[in-house]
Amino acid sequence: MIYVAGLMGLAMLGAAIVALATKSTAVAVIAAGLVSLFASVVFVLLAAPDVAMTEAAIGSGLTTFLFFFVLSRIRREGGNG
Amino acid sequence: MVRAFVTLVFVAILGLAFGRLALDYVPDAALNQTAVHYAELTPPETGAQNVVAAIIVTYRGLDTLGEVTVLFLTAAIVALVLAQTSGPTKGRGSGLLPSGELLQTGTRMLTPLILLFGIYVFVNGHLTPGGGFQGGAILASAALLLLLADPVRRFSHRLLSWVESGSGVFYVLIGVFGLFLAGGFLDNRILPLGDFGSIFSAGAIPLIYALIGLKVGAEFSSILESLEEAEDH
Amino acid sequence: MAEIAMMSGFALILLGIFGALTNRNLLRMIVAFSIASTGVNVVLVSIGYLPGRTAPILDAAVPLESAAAQIVDPVPQALVLTAIVIGLGVTALMLAYAYSLFRHRKSLDISDFTELKW
Repeated sequence: MIYVAGLMGLAMLGAAIVALATKSTAVAVIAAGLVSLFASVVFVLLAAPDVAMTEAAIGSGLTTFLFFFVLSRIRREGGNG
Repeated sequence: MVRAFVTLVFVAILGLAFGRLALDYVPDAALNQTAVHYAELTPPETGAQNVVAAIIVTYRGLDTLGEVTVLFLTAAIVALVLAQTSGPTKGRGSGLLPSGELLQTGTRMLTPLILLFGIYVFVNGHLTPGGGFQGGAILASAALLLLLADPVRRFSHRLLSWVESGSGVFYVLIGVFGLFLAGGFLDNRILPLGDFGSIFSAGAIPLIYALIGLKVGAEFSSILESLEEAEDH
Repeated sequence: MAEIAMMSGFALILLGIFGALTNRNLLRMIVAFSIASTGVNVVLVSIGYLPGRTAPILDAAVPLESAAAQIVDPVPQALVLTAIVIGLGVTALMLAYAYSLFRHRKSLDISDFTELKW
């Protein structure tokens, strides 16, 4: 259990660093969604299944799509996002 | 360059503060008084198995009412901001690639299942992990799938606003009933508590959670739709 | 385990704040803010965790008499559940305003918006 928690913590940090360091905004959005997904696994390990469901459905699902909708609007109007 | 350095110094100071907090942290050996109160009194007072659901719907029900109101305001403001900045229209859905056969057929098959799963999640909120917010998000993901399969599709605004405001009105009405029939605003004991652990139990909690789920689902769907919307009509 | 989760949560907060302060692109700043808010949620839930205890759901595995000795603190979990849902609302608002700014200026770079700069 403790190794899984450590692994998930490292995965969160790795995804966060990718999200901040990458050149492409689309990759950054995907990596931020990945941070939320790993965080939901951490919530399960912390005995919080309610929070894990919310984080997986809202934090990593809907938020990512909100970003992509805005990104595609901006790209369609000639921005480079 | 100076800016990056100043930022780094600021973050380092914040990191020192956080480091002290994390290193000196000793986990409690037992629950604090509030948590013990909730753990011991949730079954006799509310009849719910899921203590988190009992806290959200009953003990801190007024906060949840405020929360769904904040979400409603968010949906309204997003629609308002995006409507004000409408640009040149080039016809509905121009410049969008049509989605494939696979996505359209899959959507037709999956949407009812996703809706059913969302309803399952919020109806069982008092027994298992899950509840109105998770179920509402799942309902909104069905709406998202419909939007992806057909980018020019518009949901019926009348339906969304009826579901949204209707469930809000019923939510407040149940709260007011609690004021007269039971101990206070949003008290769940206006309905019998039933057998502990069965689906028709915990008084009004399943009802309130279903209303929250419908309201949150409608709000998320309308946020998604107004952000996706290619052109404002 | 709570310590590991808390450390990574604090690290996520720091990374998010650093990214929000150094990035010049509005969308990237919003991404950094959402990472920081995930970090805050992880820290809050890890404070409610007590070693060796189970989730606050009183089913067959948790006898009602000894519930207070077997479950973790449910209050931070309820708080974080609320925070995640409101977090989506905040993100949606930030994105709508960022798009509106882009509409006016055809740019997402924060240095192009100087009206309120001192």
